[in-house]
Amino acid sequence: MAPDLLPRLIAATAATVAAHAEELTTLDQAIGDGDHGVNMKRGFDAIAAAAEEIGAQPLGGALQTAGMTLVMNVGGASGPLYGSLLMGLGKAAGQDGDPDIAAMLAEGVAAVKKRGKSEAGEKTMLDVLVPVLEALRAAEPEGQTAAARAAADRGLAATEDMLATKGRASFLGERSVGHLDPGARSSALLVHAVCDVIEGKA
Amino acid sequence: MSNCVSIVIVSHSAEVAKGAADMVREMVGDEVRVAHCGGNPEGGLGTNVPAIMEAIRSVYGPQGVALLIDLGGAETNSEMAIEMLPAEMQDRIVICNAPIVEGAVMAATEAAGGSSLAEVRATAEEFLS
Repeated sequence: MAPDLLPRLIAATAATVAAHAEELTTLDQAIGDGDHGVNMKRGFDAIAAAAEEIGAQPLGGALQTAGMTLVMNVGGASGPLYGSLLMGLGKAAGQDGDPDIAAMLAEGVAAVKKRGKSEAGEKTMLDVLVPVLEALRAAEPEGQTAAARAAADRGLAATEDMLATKGRASFLGERSVGHLDPGARSSALLVHAVCDVIEGKA
Repeated sequence: MSNCVSIVIVSHSAEVAKGAADMVREMVGDEVRVAHCGGNPEGGLGTNVPAIMEAIRSVYGPQGVALLIDLGGAETNSEMAIEMLPAEMQDRIVICNAPIVEGAVMAATEAAGGSSLAEVRATAEEFLS
């Protein structure tokens, strides 16, 4: 693992969340309670503030600490959901050597499904994360980031026509159709940010 | 007073949480311990895990704790908070699937009679049927 990987991951994810906080809030105002942007920003700002402590740990521990930081700071359902994702990633990161990204994401996705009592197809962040996981499993190592980006974009776009059956958006029933899911959008943003870091662009 | 099941109210709004707790105290008395919390870490609307853990701890006793919660994130954050408490406490904490105000009053009324955690939860949830 590159020594500067963690600081770059923390900086890139916090930056993309901050840059798109308003967009996430606008999406959430349409079908949720309009706090997704502020909540995500609060959480990733808290991770950035703890960057030194987090960056000093091995990848697994760092991801678990970052996940717990989200849980304790977000103030909405996205805290436990993204917190569980990061803690799942961390749990599967292994002790040394190059981490198996697909295995890590599999553990993270399982944790999100359990926490949210949800599956793909319900207009949630899982509609991005599950296709990304499938793409990572199918791709050759050198094609993983491109496959992940494409799967994230495809997954996000597919949420527009979906009927929400989980979370606040489910209260809207048919009226949830025709809007992108804000959680799927934030997941897609994070996938791109992580790919930027892996590709050395951020 | 620790012979009764305790009640914790978790709302997105600190004022709703406090108001519901006030109603419980007014209608049921002080026999049942009631804690409440609401709002995100910055004081806006939302729910927050450390505050929920603190509220549960403040009234926790051997008879257990029944949580009454409002929408979406209140449930996810309450489940997370419960899982972060010691295992021996987790078995004695339940989330009631009931309207927050009515459920809290019903649960506390049942608890005041010395009922078990399962009975308190059942009474709160009866309100739905």
